[in-house]
Amino acid sequence: MSEIITGAEALIRSLIAEGVDTIFGYPGGAIIPVFDRLYDYRQQLRHILVRHEQGATHAAQGYARVSGRTGVVIVTSGPAATNVITGLSDAMMDSTPLVVITGQVGSELLGSDAFQETDVIGITQPVTKWSYQIRNVEDLRWAVARAFYIASTGRPGPVVLDFAKNAQVATMEWKGYKKCHFVRTYEPNPDINIADVETVAQMINQAERPLIISGHGVEISGGEKELLNLAEKAQIPVVTTLLGMSTIDSGAKLFKGLVGMHGNVAANVAICRCDLLIAIGMRFDDRVTGDPGHFANQAKIVHIDIDSSEFGKIIKPDATIHGDARKVLALLAGCVAPAQHDEWLADFDRAWQVENEKVIAPELNSTRRITMGIVARHVAEAAGKGAVLVTDVGQNQMMSARYFKYTAPRSIITSGGLGTMGFGLPAAIGAKIGAPERTVCFFTGDGGLQMTVEELGVILQYGIDVKIILLNNNFLGMVRQWQDLFYDRRFSETQLVNPNFVMLANSYGIAAEDVETLDKLDAAIDRMLAHKGAYLLNVNIDPEELVYPMIPAGAPISTILLNKDEKYEN
Amino acid sequence: MEENNNKELFTVTVFSENRVGLLNQISIIFTRRKLNIESLSVSPSSIKGVHKFTITAYADETTIAKLVQQVEKRIDVLKSFYYRDDEIVYQEVALYKVPTAELLNEKNLEAIIRHHNARILEITNEYTVIEKTGHDDETTALFEELKRFDIRQFVRSGRVAVTKSPEEYVTMYIEERARRKEEVERCLNAE
Repeated sequence: MSEIITGAEALIRSLIAEGVDTIFGYPGGAIIPVFDRLYDYRQQLRHILVRHEQGATHAAQGYARVSGRTGVVIVTSGPAATNVITGLSDAMMDSTPLVVITGQVGSELLGSDAFQETDVIGITQPVTKWSYQIRNVEDLRWAVARAFYIASTGRPGPVVLDFAKNAQVATMEWKGYKKCHFVRTYEPNPDINIADVETVAQMINQAERPLIISGHGVEISGGEKELLNLAEKAQIPVVTTLLGMSTIDSGAKLFKGLVGMHGNVAANVAICRCDLLIAIGMRFDDRVTGDPGHFANQAKIVHIDIDSSEFGKIIKPDATIHGDARKVLALLAGCVAPAQHDEWLADFDRAWQVENEKVIAPELNSTRRITMGIVARHVAEAAGKGAVLVTDVGQNQMMSARYFKYTAPRSIITSGGLGTMGFGLPAAIGAKIGAPERTVCFFTGDGGLQMTVEELGVILQYGIDVKIILLNNNFLGMVRQWQDLFYDRRFSETQLVNPNFVMLANSYGIAAEDVETLDKLDAAIDRMLAHKGAYLLNVNIDPEELVYPMIPAGAPISTILLNKDEKYEN
Repeated sequence: MEENNNKELFTVTVFSENRVGLLNQISIIFTRRKLNIESLSVSPSSIKGVHKFTITAYADETTIAKLVQQVEKRIDVLKSFYYRDDEIVYQEVALYKVPTAELLNEKNLEAIIRHHNARILEITNEYTVIEKTGHDDETTALFEELKRFDIRQFVRSGRVAVTKSPEEYVTMYIEERARRKEEVERCLNAE
């Protein structure tokens, strides 16, 4: 059965055939034909009208990260296309599957500086996994199928389809949709070399102080259970990257903390003391390694990743396994011998004691002022199991990530690689849409919230239940922290004169309250969580509060500041 | 200008699908790593539908090895390799446009052409075009020699190269991918 339909209609049918149920978008001149067809498919495709195209991409990222499904964005050409660049870059850095469809002027106008024309393919190539311009309606199904296949498989990433207007209105014979399962030049599911697995299993068996760093790849592959199986069988302590924090339950006995610049002392110290470092689904970001020349030099390094171009990019590995993290972990768990590392596991205690005493206790036991740590911990405890943390970028991000509790997979959504201020609000909206049954706790700062604050309109229009915890110090806190520590307290352009956030939220129909003092905090958190619908807590934070521990940028990871006066001494 | 200290000349070959925009994708990988492309040539390969890029750049081996990995990561790229000069047979073509009047006064023109194994492509009253195929040092040597005749135009092509290896890795890879495709299709049909 075939019929003659337009390219715009074919796009909508193709999206439905790919299992898409939600689109984040914004209409405009060069994409109107697609939005026109969308009107007839409102029952099958939920379109979320954002307020700015950047918001569409971050919302799609939040949706994708929480659900594991591909986030879909449809916007117009020109300024809309340039507005999605930040989201594309962010998704590229944090391996997030997106298909972003941009309208484009008709092919006959390409290259003529037509109204709202921009070289989308040229601009997006460096920040996408793949991009393709559909100039001919006959290419459409092929391009859409390929886009979803490439975005969602292997190491996921963003794909752009630049859809020329002539191809949207041209007609074609619709013969049904065929998903893509193979691209000759691309292998997303490499066969795992068993010899490599055996080599690594031997290395694990021989190690006295093995350490696993679990990254985002473990989450993407759904390998949380396999990770725990391997760790428990061989009694290997697990530390995580920021994006890998919910790959293991925060309460697990073998979980030893977060690595990196604001990570846990014990986790960073362990990197300097282990004899075997097993890095899984992570890419040795400089916020993790500090000075790479001083990173785990004493240890043998095993790197496991689906993206072989990561091997040796930053840290030279002694052994590698190329493949899907979940599959590799399952194979390794089958190969390694059961082991005990009691002495090694006890080795973490001292650093934890020091961090508890010098950093965590002062943060959480404050009786005078509200600290960011108290807010994060109390929200986590009150929100209970299964809550999702979404963060913006900066102090709010580091503090909420550190003090939140992760009890389920896919529970932390944060801009790790790109560090995009303004990521949080739209990402939280997308996360709630992707996981409506979960409580979404969005921690932000007064700077980052205002970068995409227009998306409050989406909460209003669609009644999205996002709990917004604004850690408000009237400063760009993380920059201020660096100015405080490294720039002689010259607070250049970091102070903000802010609006009344409660009134702002109220004007969008969002319940909100100010929290000025510590004794009012818990009741306010309870009100927020009990409230049906979105809620904003504007929490008054001391601008002098700093995120510790801290490894100064570019320093060896053994250089850990505990506070302004003390360094960790091993 | 940056110094080429500790750097050597590598020839990078890239085999790709014939798709618009690939040159940009490949060249930005060089740019991002501050590698200057010394020469570039693009042509069809011996395999139908597969294009071959031959690029030369000064770099250290670690950098070029990582670059090749990043190039290969691009979706439409089949394979990428890097070589030192002793692993490949390579050539470049140079053209020299010289005023004919200047050449007419030269008694040893034949000796120059013969010595450099060059040839004359076109002679008009105004100008003569000489062609020389060879390595960079050879085309440069002829350039030096012709300088005194007031060279009006000079151009050298990008390097083209084939490997000395008896193994044809790209062909093998394409065969392997064809088998993989069959395997994937078998699995899908079985489902």
